[in-house]
Amino acid sequence: MTTQMFGAPIRRREDPRLVTGGGRYLDDLGRGALAAAFVRSPHAHAKVVDIDVTDALDVDGLVAIYTHEDLPGRVGEPLPLLIPHPTLTHGRTQYALAKDEVNHVGEPVVMVVARDRYLAEDACARIRVDYQPLPPVVGLEAARTGDLLVHEDVPGNVAAHMLQEVGDVEAALAASPHVLDLDLAIERSACMPLEGKGVYARWDADRDELRIYSSTQTSTGVRAAVAAKLGMPLAKVECIAPDVGGGFGVKINHPWPEEVLVPWVAKTLGTEVKWVEDRREHFISSAHERGQLQQVRVGFDDDGRLLALDVRFWHDNGAYTPYGIIVPIITSTQLLGPYKPGAYRCEFWSLYTNTVLVTPYRGAGRPQGCFAMERTMDAIADELGLDRTEVRARNFILPADMPYDHGLLFQDGRPLKYDSGDFPATLEKLKALVGWDDFAQYRMEAEAAGRRVGLGIGCYVEGTGVGPYEGGHIQVETSGRVNVSTGLTSQGQGHETAFAQVVAQELGVPIEDVFVTTGDTRRMPYAVGTFASRAAVMSGNAIALAARQVRAKALRIAADALEVAADDLEIVDGVVRVKGAPDTQMSLGTVSVMSNPLRYAFDEAAQAATQFAHGNDPDRPPVAEDDEPGLEGRDFYSPTQATFANGMHAAIVETDPVTAEIRILRYCVVHDCGPMINPMIVEGQVHGGVAQGVGGALYERMVYDESGQLLNASFMDFLMPYASEVPHIETDHLETPSPLNPLGIKGAGEAGCIPVSAVIASAISDAEGFAITSMPISPVELWELRRRHEAGEIPSLRNHDATTRKPR
Amino acid sequence: MSEPVPEVLLDVTVTVNDVPRHARVPARRLLSDFLRHDVGLTGTHVGCEHGVCGACTVLVDGAPVRSCLMFAVTAQAHRVATVEGLGTVEAMGPVQQAFTECHGLQCGFCTPGFVTTVTAYLEDHPDPTADEAREAISGNLCRCTGYQNIVKSVLRAAEIKAEASASEGPAAGSTA
Repeated sequence: MTTQMFGAPIRRREDPRLVTGGGRYLDDLGRGALAAAFVRSPHAHAKVVDIDVTDALDVDGLVAIYTHEDLPGRVGEPLPLLIPHPTLTHGRTQYALAKDEVNHVGEPVVMVVARDRYLAEDACARIRVDYQPLPPVVGLEAARTGDLLVHEDVPGNVAAHMLQEVGDVEAALAASPHVLDLDLAIERSACMPLEGKGVYARWDADRDELRIYSSTQTSTGVRAAVAAKLGMPLAKVECIAPDVGGGFGVKINHPWPEEVLVPWVAKTLGTEVKWVEDRREHFISSAHERGQLQQVRVGFDDDGRLLALDVRFWHDNGAYTPYGIIVPIITSTQLLGPYKPGAYRCEFWSLYTNTVLVTPYRGAGRPQGCFAMERTMDAIADELGLDRTEVRARNFILPADMPYDHGLLFQDGRPLKYDSGDFPATLEKLKALVGWDDFAQYRMEAEAAGRRVGLGIGCYVEGTGVGPYEGGHIQVETSGRVNVSTGLTSQGQGHETAFAQVVAQELGVPIEDVFVTTGDTRRMPYAVGTFASRAAVMSGNAIALAARQVRAKALRIAADALEVAADDLEIVDGVVRVKGAPDTQMSLGTVSVMSNPLRYAFDEAAQAATQFAHGNDPDRPPVAEDDEPGLEGRDFYSPTQATFANGMHAAIVETDPVTAEIRILRYCVVHDCGPMINPMIVEGQVHGGVAQGVGGALYERMVYDESGQLLNASFMDFLMPYASEVPHIETDHLETPSPLNPLGIKGAGEAGCIPVSAVIASAISDAEGFAITSMPISPVELWELRRRHEAGEIPSLRNHDATTRKPR
Repeated sequence: MSEPVPEVLLDVTVTVNDVPRHARVPARRLLSDFLRHDVGLTGTHVGCEHGVCGACTVLVDGAPVRSCLMFAVTAQAHRVATVEGLGTVEAMGPVQQAFTECHGLQCGFCTPGFVTTVTAYLEDHPDPTADEAREAISGNLCRCTGYQNIVKSVLRAAEIKAEASASEGPAAGSTA
């Protein structure tokens, strides 16, 4: 029997290489390349008046200096707006180098190329740029007033205004026995991968070809964008994502200015050029996310059932909108979580500010939406004196309701229609895991000991595996080696392992024989990218379909050779054999030899495929008309819609009665992403997501001053959690299959971080007895909230003790 | 404007993984850049260049040091060990082995810094508790794993080392 590979928690095949220093990340390539560095704007908003490079010209090792006026044709035009949307009426993108105006601190103004990075930075330091500062727009409140504008031609700073409504919200609110209003806020954080962005480009003057290496989440996207910018045929440009040191969303946006400029300079100078982002550059010139202000008005009945949900929010999109309004669209749709909202209206404004631009960060708008919905659920429970889990359960979409169509359009322009999920079962598992029904007792004991503890909960549904498509290509060599390629990229998700598991399972080969390549446009030119928890769903299924093709072809060829029916054959451990008579067999390698009629033998095995080696039918060509040489298969998976994973988290926190220090005592996760290809990898994804969620809930924020300076643009000041800040995470899983794809799987990458701010806010509210409405929260802020609560400025929860008890 | 002074290059020799490595570099050359760009040992990664993330941690005379905070010239009197010196794909050191067993890495960028840090830690603390293991790695940043499986890896590495020393003396891959 072939070992069951799908579902096995096998060790990752990439790890021996990575733990011994054998990884090849962007900056590990191109030792001889020239280095690029950038002069970036120190102002949040200014006119560029003059650039004087004179002092830099004598720097030893300087090769070239470029400003916007040096950029030809399309290189000098604004970067593309990747995802247009009808409501994005005022989309704006930046120039690769600032033209006349800068709109955030960190925007690139001058590019320097030199023998090495030290010298390039020496030259940057000697370049003088004269700016005429303009008043900056910093923060959503300032943007919303519209008193000052980021872009002169964008009134009110409104990039997009969007409204979706299902049912008659006004009427439903008017008819609701209970109505509550919530004002909520979430601050900015960022993906912050340990490896920043980077680009290395090589111009091959002998062939007029460009090879780009980029630390990207989409090599096909970068390839197409650069080819378009440089006016080159796609056939002359290739792009490879090498080992990538984390992405979390920031590397899906493209082309970044440097991804255009570095290849352009490599082509212009006819050489190789590299730029590697340093940490400060990553803070001030990559992307952030999360910043929103939200208003929720909810109508519900005496049992806590939603009748009307009316949400308005303001989304900070930073200075430009290259990635469109994907993030607020996701917030506005995924906010609904596992619930039936009754009538639903969501209206948002996506606003410009003079800060770093905003593109998806793991969760991509869902953490904000989940925060709004889950704070609302807690508020309903408190209003009615009901257990918080009971209120949630009463509003759940039930398994019998699936598929459930919300009547809204999701981020892929397709219906927001849940395919499967068992929310009541997920909740029951979570309550058992955290000991929900025992918490009241635990709290009493803690209080008796002078401690303050709280229990929080958060539920979410995550649309994963959005299209349009991914592909898989599989080729079996005559040695039996199985080469697998898919075009999307890897940033630590273990694709070399998980995709190999799919192939080993589908094809019946030992996993040791399977070798997976991702993110290389030479091997798979058709691909979209790694985002939206889509890699396993999209490429996993495409690769499975390709494997099934290869399997069918192998059985057909072997059936011919062994003179049996294909149905009587099986493939086990890389050997095609007759069921019940395993001695009648041939290896897949031999099948591969036979699949490729040869004139020239290159080794002993190949002799078997040459023209005089065996008899042939003179009336049939060596390769049949409907066939191709080689034991290969290629297929694509393109879904009609996203598949929806879900999960629920609970946490017990302790808040220090004196210092307001916040400590997470327990953190429990129940997660349902359908059948897991490799549970060990899924578990790791959950852990990492929760850790980022904890960062966003308690530690991380982008601190801008009123002039638009990012005050904490270093790891010293931006509090990314260490091991000492992340709790031990307890997990349990459901595996509700998706009916939408051949493997029945759903995505898992982003899930862990989605509900964490909601959960921690819920738990702190429960500990303190008043509602937490703004995240992240620091001890200082909690201390201040306590003071305001004691002063009567913040109301107490009404039914604090009831919300973790059984229903009335 | 002042005339820029051409850079003075120095002959620098550093003993890296027991081999003397030489390059002509300026005095400001960071040890991390010397290892990566001059010697070509790219396993040591640079995550912040201000000494906070720990990705560039190497062992200097057996002690973990942030190679982005040390100049190559000042490393000449010392023995430097990098992740490449702690084992190979065919013969992984105990810490490397443990990380592969426990899914202690995802993207792998921070991993070399953890491997060196943990290697040094286990020399002095051969049998840590889970809390001690967590404390031991709390000076290094990882953005992927949530640290849980790294803690597990530390405990597993201690086990592997103990098993190895019980059966055949010093464990393979331990540093000088």
